[in-house]
Amino acid sequence: MNISFLEFISYSFVQRAFISGIFVAVLCSILGLFLVLRKLSLIGDGLSHVSFGAIAMGLFFGFYPIYFAIPVVVLASIFIVKLTQKAKIYGDTAIGVVSSVGLAGGVLLASASHGFNVSLLSYLFGNILAISASETYLSIALSLVVLVIVYLLYNELFAVTFNEEQANITGIKSDNINLLLVILTAITVVLSVRVVGIMLVSSFFILPAVTALQISKGFKSAIFVSALVAVVSVITGICASFYLDLPAGASIVIVNFILFLLSFLWRKNM
Amino acid sequence: MEKIVEVKNLNFNYGVAEVLKDVTFSIERGDYVGLGGHNGSGKTTLVKIILGLLSPDTGEISVLGKDLKKFKQWSKIGYLPQNVSLFNPIFPATVYEVVSLGLLSKKKFPRRITKSDEKIVDKALEELEILDLKNKLISDLSGGQQQRVFLAKALVNEPELLILDEPSNALDAKTRNKFFNLLNSLNKKKGITIILITHDIGHIGEHANKLLYLEKSIVFYGKLSEFCHSEKMEGVFGYDSQHLICHQH
Repeated sequence: MNISFLEFISYSFVQRAFISGIFVAVLCSILGLFLVLRKLSLIGDGLSHVSFGAIAMGLFFGFYPIYFAIPVVVLASIFIVKLTQKAKIYGDTAIGVVSSVGLAGGVLLASASHGFNVSLLSYLFGNILAISASETYLSIALSLVVLVIVYLLYNELFAVTFNEEQANITGIKSDNINLLLVILTAITVVLSVRVVGIMLVSSFFILPAVTALQISKGFKSAIFVSALVAVVSVITGICASFYLDLPAGASIVIVNFILFLLSFLWRKNM
Repeated sequence: MEKIVEVKNLNFNYGVAEVLKDVTFSIERGDYVGLGGHNGSGKTTLVKIILGLLSPDTGEISVLGKDLKKFKQWSKIGYLPQNVSLFNPIFPATVYEVVSLGLLSKKKFPRRITKSDEKIVDKALEELEILDLKNKLISDLSGGQQQRVFLAKALVNEPELLILDEPSNALDAKTRNKFFNLLNSLNKKKGITIILITHDIGHIGEHANKLLYLEKSIVFYGKLSEFCHSEKMEGVFGYDSQHLICHQH
């Protein structure tokens, strides 16, 4: 592409892509660290499958898909937690049950509609450069709400992630914190769908976190490194997609993976 | 003497399996109680009930003079769980971050760790001679060092009651001796009441002033001197073992 970087970032659709991408990346990377350490990293994948069904439902009934998907995916996340607690099944199994139902629902609705398969495909693979102004505002607002909640409950989340039983002894209600973490994850998954697409959402949660775990020397530094890796990946990925004419979501994921490999090699040579 | 823990007619079952049956005892301030029994005798379950982690089927429990159901002063209880080294080995927490978690029981929303808290954490680390490990990752430490870190976490609020579940499992002989000397000093100099779970009855004979021996129900509870003359315990341990423990004491 034969335009300068300054010209590139002067386009409003590029600015929206950077702003939404950075907010969502920070959110995913911070929540991702808690999820990876709790061995819940695939919940992002499971909930993204549910969001596929919810977006298909939104398109089918004529609602704006992202707005429709947020409450549906939040309800699905609560259902996963309750299923784990009440039906005496492991968390990964509950995620598998709910995600397969979401995916199957989406496929059935896509098949029944005959009309929105193209729109649905754009959600499957994401299109960060096509994010609207209202979606950008929604991403900023919800990201700020989630980040403030994480900031206020940072020590509770840290304590429960480190050891649930010991957290309970300090008077922290770990069941409530677990439920909150899953609900925040559900909101973040839906926001991420426009950025990287349903297929790649889980990588947004996992890759920055595992990169941070290679090189961090404490929990706070791991959060900072995870967020930094995610932001660098989004900026580099969007630029690469524009100049090399590549899909943005996939480019971001590949940059994330390269940073993970570099951190891994750096640790090996320490 | 003030009762720190009082348990009356406690019963607990896991499904159809009976774990604790009609357990009644009380622990007084300053006691050092060794809680012994075979594997599966209900020791850890009893402690988890006292800590509010499990709810009993029947029975009354009070801690520091308050009904356990209404008890909120968790900062006055320090707990060192079994197998402390079994935490997630990739967890990137520093020693400082782990010990400061102990302070959260004193905090109200939003539970922030302040600069003055850092001094309290430093003091706990210094008392356990691990201040130099403050910024190290917990996963990079040896079993003995990790044990000290978790003990510092349990002691950071200067608790009135300290509960330790099989604390010597991960320690070599030299570190174990230092560890138990430290517990003795906490009990004698600071007056901290201690409940020590162990199936090594020798440790109890060596360090505790009371023995609570559990096999679902209480087989023996009393001073070590009474234990030494208990014919019932001779049946459990055999004459020689019982008197070897008493000799150590």
